[in-house]
Amino acid sequence: MSDEENDIILSELDDDELVQQMHDDLYDGLKEEIEEAVNILLERGWQPYDILTKALVGGMTIVGIDFRDGILFVPEVLMAANAMKGGMAILKPLLAETGAPRIGKMVIGTVKGDIHDIGKNLVSMMMEGAGFEVVDLGINNAVEAYMEALEAEQADILGMSALLTTTMPYMKVVIDTLVAQGKRDDYIVLVGGAPLNEEFGKAIGADAYCRDAAVAVETAKEFMARKHNQLAAG
Amino acid sequence: MQLPSDAALTDQPLAPEGRGRMLLLACGALAHEIVALKRLNGWDHMDLACLPAILHNHPDRITGAVREAVAKHRAAYDTIFVLYADCGTGGQLQAACAEIGVEMLAGPHCYSFFEGNAAFAAHEDEITALYLTDFLTRQFDAFLWRPMGLDRHPELRDMYFSNYDKLVYLAQTDDEALTAKARTCADRLGLAFERRFTGYGDLATELAARA
Repeated sequence: MSDEENDIILSELDDDELVQQMHDDLYDGLKEEIEEAVNILLERGWQPYDILTKALVGGMTIVGIDFRDGILFVPEVLMAANAMKGGMAILKPLLAETGAPRIGKMVIGTVKGDIHDIGKNLVSMMMEGAGFEVVDLGINNAVEAYMEALEAEQADILGMSALLTTTMPYMKVVIDTLVAQGKRDDYIVLVGGAPLNEEFGKAIGADAYCRDAAVAVETAKEFMARKHNQLAAG
Repeated sequence: MQLPSDAALTDQPLAPEGRGRMLLLACGALAHEIVALKRLNGWDHMDLACLPAILHNHPDRITGAVREAVAKHRAAYDTIFVLYADCGTGGQLQAACAEIGVEMLAGPHCYSFFEGNAAFAAHEDEITALYLTDFLTRQFDAFLWRPMGLDRHPELRDMYFSNYDKLVYLAQTDDEALTAKARTCADRLGLAFERRFTGYGDLATELAARA
């Protein structure tokens, strides 16, 4: 970041300029600036949902596109995500109070034997940003933990993540258990993680493999829309 | 055989000398250990070619690179032995080796075959361990610190490693300076340190079985 940019006083920018600056600051992973800008927009009477979608999700969408195009790499995406997390922490309690739209509910977790959660955390955050309620089970989840949470939370979507080729087969254990208990059709099952691919997702019986957080959000929205259409038709 | 620097083994392939009936097609991260075993056992009939060790960070590229190297060298040797384990290829390397008719090392990765696949598998409680070998300790910055962006964004460290609790240095050799370096790596990552001497493990026995 240049000295000139350092001199920008966020509170002096008009709304459009500030949102644009937030996109730039997210891109640069500047958490404190994002937190400051979120507070400024709240003081100006912006609805938390609008700040979330227009400023934060809008900015992260640009980050996601540049990551997919090989312009940004994982460390830079993580810095951006960390900045967004700062903004989300301010908005989350307000979103609950102001009755922001809710698209669906997802239970998500890294599978048994695997402690890697960076991708999962990113998906959780982007799903929340898109209006999904997310119940994050954390790392190293046995099939029982998924089954219990799906039931207790009355979730629409199950998300499973793995970083290791040695742990990703466990996703099939969970899906097979859903099938065995006659519950497979109750949930949309999305899987992701660096060593996975579409072929693997199909082979284990998932509804979709999502190669990144943005794809996970779009896929979840599509499946929820289909589910609603089916319910309406039925 | 005179090996190039670790930095060269990281980024560049190592061409075979063109001597011997059997080609060992290996990950560059194993070059020092293989040369030591060859010298120790007088395995002069084994030639060595390496793929860039940095493929360790890109397992999706390993299978294709091995296929290409086998096709390139196979006419010049009676047999080719691929010195990779699964290494994050999810069974794809095994399938490719079976298809093209070459053998490869058993096990999930070098951490496992250096310790011995059976012994490594017995550590059921070690999902929170990060492993280094001699080579990876020497090349810690090239394989881990810089690719993860920790040189530029040290604040990301806990995002990457908060679920880990220890760094296990699987030592192929007794080297005080290298042990000290591995301990420093653990400190830099904020992890507890453990050193486990492995020697060459299954790498030695698998090579001996084919000597």
